[in-house]
Amino acid sequence: MNLANLSLFHQALLVAAALVLFTSFMMLATARIRPLIFAFAWQGALLAIVTALVALVSNHPHLYISALLTLGLKALLIPWMLHRLSTKLNILHEVEPIRHPSLMLVAGAMLVIFSYYVATPIVHLSTLVTRNTIAVSMAVILLGMLLMVSRSKAVAQVVGFMSIENGLFFAAVVSTYGMPMIVELGIAFDVLVAMVLFGVFFFQIRASIDSLDVDRMNRLSEKNE
Amino acid sequence: MNLAPDPFMAWTLALIQMLLFIAAAPLLAGWVKRVKCHMQNRAAPSLFQPYRDLVKLFRKDVVLAENASWLFRAVPYVVFGAFILAASVVPLVAAHLPTAAIADVIVLVGFFALARFFLALAGMDIGTAFGGMGSSREMTIASLAEPAMLMAVFTLAMIASTTNLSVVIEHNLHAGLVLRPSLLFALLALAMVAVAESGRIPVDNPATHLELTMVHEAMILEYSARHLALIEWASQIKLMIYAVLIANIFWPWGIAEAFTPAALAWGAVAITAKLALISIFLVVWETVMAKMRLFRVPQFLGFAFLLALLGMLTHVILETGT
Repeated sequence: MNLANLSLFHQALLVAAALVLFTSFMMLATARIRPLIFAFAWQGALLAIVTALVALVSNHPHLYISALLTLGLKALLIPWMLHRLSTKLNILHEVEPIRHPSLMLVAGAMLVIFSYYVATPIVHLSTLVTRNTIAVSMAVILLGMLLMVSRSKAVAQVVGFMSIENGLFFAAVVSTYGMPMIVELGIAFDVLVAMVLFGVFFFQIRASIDSLDVDRMNRLSEKNE
Repeated sequence: MNLAPDPFMAWTLALIQMLLFIAAAPLLAGWVKRVKCHMQNRAAPSLFQPYRDLVKLFRKDVVLAENASWLFRAVPYVVFGAFILAASVVPLVAAHLPTAAIADVIVLVGFFALARFFLALAGMDIGTAFGGMGSSREMTIASLAEPAMLMAVFTLAMIASTTNLSVVIEHNLHAGLVLRPSLLFALLALAMVAVAESGRIPVDNPATHLELTMVHEAMILEYSARHLALIEWASQIKLMIYAVLIANIFWPWGIAEAFTPAALAWGAVAITAKLALISIFLVVWETVMAKMRLFRVPQFLGFAFLLALLGMLTHVILETGT
């Protein structure tokens, strides 16, 4: 496949897909809560752009609705809710030191290579115009998992979880041109409900262990070692 | 590839371009300084102030430390020579000059490494605490910046299937409007490496002497007069090489491909405009950024390496496909 032979919208689709991957790395590298939420919002916005471009390139108009839904939910509403919760919990400017920051980024790059390796057979079989981005969407899922594993603060873990969901949606859009509308709406509302529940959880966790550091839940005794 | 002029004219042009490169480097430094002063609401020095500084330094007598060896005296000439050779490889006004054909980007990185190695040796030669500290910091930064730069260069090389600068530029020029995610990442990585290597904020501050955080200035603290002039000039050429590399690889429009007066004049105008714009961008970046702690620099360069790696990966995953 020669890039120069593709239409300009298709090229823009590839650039947007690469930028979605880049926002995943941004999230992995940022230690502060506020930029983390902003990076997540950008990922949602870029995902909406990708969806709209897929709709344009593959001629599936129903994907425009998905794109609008993504933009409203993942780029605006959920980041806004996270931001408001962080303001209420007074952790917006908190810095969570990342353990081995460079190692994390290298591990992320390894995950990208791994997902490329895994997706290669699919790419060989597929005839979709978006087949090359399947590896990228898998990498976004894995990077979200890495974000969840590497952080101990509850808010960062929720962002990681939401980013996994972004990756799943991305994979659905580029490998099957989106799910049936009813499924998509269902997932969207599930995510929204999850977000509300997480908000309640934040307050619960903080009320019971006086911090949002979930590593402290491992300790059973009241004493501080 | 339009026409092959006689070798004599081509070599003359290459020589003229190299001299132009060396002569224009202080002008670029003066322009950056001037724009920066305007940004910070200060009275700006003349555009030609760097030339005056160099002339003043060349007139002065050399003061050498007692225990300076021959190496200390030889290093300024080695460094300056390495950067002259590096400048002759980079296409400034015209592509397809014979000098560009005999060396590729990897050789260019090699010239930088050569100059850096000797500068670090000179820093340690006198035996002052500052010199050794500066050398060790410079080598730390370099050991992280070089892989990032090479990775970005490899991305470019994979796109154009060559490591020759002229051919890369020509490939990008004739590709037309192709949106490539890999080029975007390579550009960002190269810009971050350029900032780190030419000693700008946030990695190093070019405007300070005698600060505990200095890197480049610490190494050349013992130099004076013509030695200092040569080293300062060399670092101005280095900044210009990075700026020209970024300008001509990613925005090659306007570069002369035929050796006609009209094409060459247009090429000169184009590169001047591009450099002026890039320096304004650099100044804005330097004004809004704060200098980062030395221990954060590895993270900064690690991110540059990651960007270069992402450029390579997106090229393989998204652009080549099957």
